Amino acid sequence: MRVETRRRWAITGLTGPAYLWLTVTIFLPLSAMLYFSFQMKGPFGKHTSEFTLKHYDAFFTKDYLQALTWRSLEMGFHTTALCLIIGFPAAYILAKRIKGRWREALFLLVVLPFWSNALVRIFSWTIVLRPDGFLDRAVHLVLPGVPPIDLTDSYAAIIIGLTHSYLPYMILTCYLSLQAIDDSLIEAARSMGARAHTIFWRIILPLSIPGLAAGTVLIFVPVIGSFFEPKLLGGTQGAMIGTVIEEQFTVVSNWPLGGALSFILLAIILLILGVSSPFLRQHMKSS
Amino acid sequence: MRLLARRNRSVALTRSGTHVSVVATGGAAKRHPEFDKPGDKFMRKTGLLTTAALALVLTAGQAAADGEVRVLNWQGYGTDEAWAVADFEAATGYTVVHDYFNSEQEMLTKLRTSPGAYDVVLINSAFTGQAAEEGLIVAIDPSTITNFDDLAPGLRDAADLSYDGEIYGVAWTWGLTSIAYDTTEVEPGNTIEILWDPAYAGRVGLRDDSVENVAFAALATGQDMNNPHDLDAIREKLRALKPQVRTYWASEDEWNKEFTADSFDVSTYWSGSALRSATAFDMPVGFMIPKEGAIAWLDGLSIATDAPNPEGAAMFIDYMVSPEHYVRWDTEVGAPASASTAAMNQLPEDAFNRAVMGDPEATANLQFMAPLSDEQRETFLEIWTETKVYFAE
Repeated sequence: MRVETRRRWAITGLTGPAYLWLTVTIFLPLSAMLYFSFQMKGPFGKHTSEFTLKHYDAFFTKDYLQALTWRSLEMGFHTTALCLIIGFPAAYILAKRIKGRWREALFLLVVLPFWSNALVRIFSWTIVLRPDGFLDRAVHLVLPGVPPIDLTDSYAAIIIGLTHSYLPYMILTCYLSLQAIDDSLIEAARSMGARAHTIFWRIILPLSIPGLAAGTVLIFVPVIGSFFEPKLLGGTQGAMIGTVIEEQFTVVSNWPLGGALSFILLAIILLILGVSSPFLRQHMKSS
Repeated sequence: MRLLARRNRSVALTRSGTHVSVVATGGAAKRHPEFDKPGDKFMRKTGLLTTAALALVLTAGQAAADGEVRVLNWQGYGTDEAWAVADFEAATGYTVVHDYFNSEQEMLTKLRTSPGAYDVVLINSAFTGQAAEEGLIVAIDPSTITNFDDLAPGLRDAADLSYDGEIYGVAWTWGLTSIAYDTTEVEPGNTIEILWDPAYAGRVGLRDDSVENVAFAALATGQDMNNPHDLDAIREKLRALKPQVRTYWASEDEWNKEFTADSFDVSTYWSGSALRSATAFDMPVGFMIPKEGAIAWLDGLSIATDAPNPEGAAMFIDYMVSPEHYVRWDTEVGAPASASTAAMNQLPEDAFNRAVMGDPEATANLQFMAPLSDEQRETFLEIWTETKVYFAE
């Protein structure tokens, strides 16, 4: 009995600060924003509180807001898919093919972009992608005849910039999953005659699904709401729901609409996660 | 509003400031012997006296002379020029501390959330009334601003700078948002239709700003930009820009970067910034004022409510509107047009601000930006966002 009580106190004492921190830094601001999203006006100026659903209604009645949301979702799909295609093989090679010092060095290279400011990374891409930029020159060194390459102010530039920014998440999460796969499992399969692709589809891929799922969520969610990458790299292609939400706060001081759009985006993300989670759970269980 | 985003340079006490200190020395010499040196120097050099009144202000302000003047402004917009800050500090003994904003909304938010943190704040005249109504700034006694009488009456007494019969903003600078072009590629003509000219398809830059772009479309369709009646015509006119627009810009730095990278040949731009691009950075930038008109803006300097140092704030504003500060600012750095007639008349004859901005014919059709209601702002943003989605499709 006393041990039980003491344990309960210990748990409260140890986890309490973390929950308090989460309450203060996440729950309270989010609640305030949820409140304002149902108000006619933002928190400034003299006006009385007045409940309204019009900001949520706006999303369903204004086609351009839906079009923007769809664009952002597409951007999320494309970026996440590219990160998967590039990140998973990279993680596999890091976890299973490279050992010792080389692994540490490569890891450092993977994590390095994280240490630089996100804005600096994005601005660097404008230098690489513009005509007569690094990419243009490099291509012309190999293939002198091709027309000048100008990727600035395009949708491709946004995807390139975002993929570069978020790729480390995919590599790191996949690496953790892949590294946990016992090599003797693979050896056992091989000893019983399994081919490489069978080993991949039956052992490696199912066992790395937790990492793939974590990486996908970590990338997909923030990319949908990203605003400065599309703005800086996309030119006229940079119109996204994230940039519109940003403008509600910084340009017209329309907190209620900005808040409502944020929560609608959150709802869409939760919906997507909700729909995909039974599938994922099943896979994780069966593996 | 937006236009002001030109990050021009800021103010400081320049020669006039120093000068002022000279005048002040008589009264304040005992307390501030250090005034004497720069004062004497400038006295010999320029020999112009701002006014004895400032001396009085200076003397009165001595008690707080070791305090700070905290200025809230766009970065690089006149008040934070190193020479200006140095001159003001030398003249008054106050230390100048700057904080910056990147949009009018951010400026208002800072005033709302940090009362007592600022003394002087730069506010576009379209926002002065709102700031006064919200109690964010206080009325200014014109007698504390010795250079007040030199201001052009039309700007000095602009209704937008007053609230409830009192002056809340001292007219400082004005300028235009119009069209800049690459002088090596473009024969500008005199019409706003250059933005829609197929010769520049894919070579046009626009500021990513709803109010500004709606205003250009209003001018092009012959409407009052502050109160356009035919929004459908504006929508259509903006949509017609789809084949033209290459990219959006947000700041002077970004404009210069895009221009240098040859992203556009024709772009909306701010007069003061265009001048700076041409003079300070030697870029082949020309600036035109179309016959249909251009967007004019007026910036005022205000004193924040609960300012810790209101005397210092008044002295700072007085220095900012002095010809001494303006002439040096415009000739060495590049500035928007001054609200001070005395300052404009001291510029060289061929100076852009005197030659172009002072030309009555070119400036006959200017429309000054008026305050917009929240509803108008939201409507304009919606029109612009819809247009951007159309551009991106």
